[in-house]
Amino acid sequence: MDIVFKALADPTRRKLLDRLYDNSGLTLGQLCEQMEMSRQAVTQHLAVLEAANLVHVMRRGREKHHYLNPVPIHEVYDRWVRKFEKRGLRALTDLKRQIEGEFHG
Amino acid sequence: MADTEFVHVIYIAAPQQKVWDALIQPEFTRQYWEAENISEWKPGATWEHRDARDPSKVKMTGKVVEFTPPNRLVLMWNDSPGAANPSPPSRATIELETVDTMVRLRVTHDQLVPGSSMLKGISNGWPRVLSSLKTQLETGKPLPTWVKAAV
Repeated sequence: MDIVFKALADPTRRKLLDRLYDNSGLTLGQLCEQMEMSRQAVTQHLAVLEAANLVHVMRRGREKHHYLNPVPIHEVYDRWVRKFEKRGLRALTDLKRQIEGEFHG
Repeated sequence: MADTEFVHVIYIAAPQQKVWDALIQPEFTRQYWEAENISEWKPGATWEHRDARDPSKVKMTGKVVEFTPPNRLVLMWNDSPGAANPSPPSRATIELETVDTMVRLRVTHDQLVPGSSMLKGISNGWPRVLSSLKTQLETGKPLPTWVKAAV
C-alpha cells in the first residue's frame, strides 16, 4: 500500500486522477492539455500511477487510453479510513461541545 | 470517450482457474458478493444474479455474450425484471490474465447511461466486490462486502 500513498502524495498526480475521474479513457495527448508541464513529465507521473495500479492503460489500435482504477483507493478506505471514522467523528464532536461550552456555557 | 465506461483492475494471488470459478460458481459468489450468479454459462444463455439470502429475488439478469474459460466472460446487465425504473442494459467484460504468480482481473463495464441507477450501483459495487473476492481467495474469508459507509 506504500506505493499507493506515495502515488497519491503529489498534487499533479492527484490532478491527473481527477481528470480521469471526470473523463475516463483519455489519451496521453488529451491528458497533457491543461497540464503546465512537458509531455515527458506527464508520462513519468502516469508511470507512477500505473505502477500503483491507480491508472490502467488500455490499447485500442495505436492509441493508449487511460482509466482511473478506483480499486486501490477503496482498499485504502477499507484499511485506513473506515475503522477510524466512528472514533474520529466522536472525538471531533466532543471537541466541538467542549469549545462551544467554553464560549457559551 | 464518455464517462459511461468504467475499468476496475485488481491483482489476486491465486490460480487463474480458481479466480474464474469464484466468478461463476454460486457457492463462491454468495460468500463475497452476497448473491449467486446462476446460468448454464454458454453464449446466448441467460444469467441471473440472485440474492444469497432470498434466492427468489433476482437482482439482475441478462445474456451471456461470451464465455471463454478461464479467460474472458462478457455479460449483459439488465435491471431486475420488477425494477420500478429500470436502467437500459449495460455490458460487463471480465478478463483474467496470469501475471507472474498473480492473476490480473479486469472488469470493463460500458454502455452505461449517465445518471442511471445502474451506473451509480456499479461504480460503488465493483471495488467492494473485487476487494472482497481478493480477500476471500487469499485468506479464505471474504470482507463484509456491503457494509454501510459511515459517512
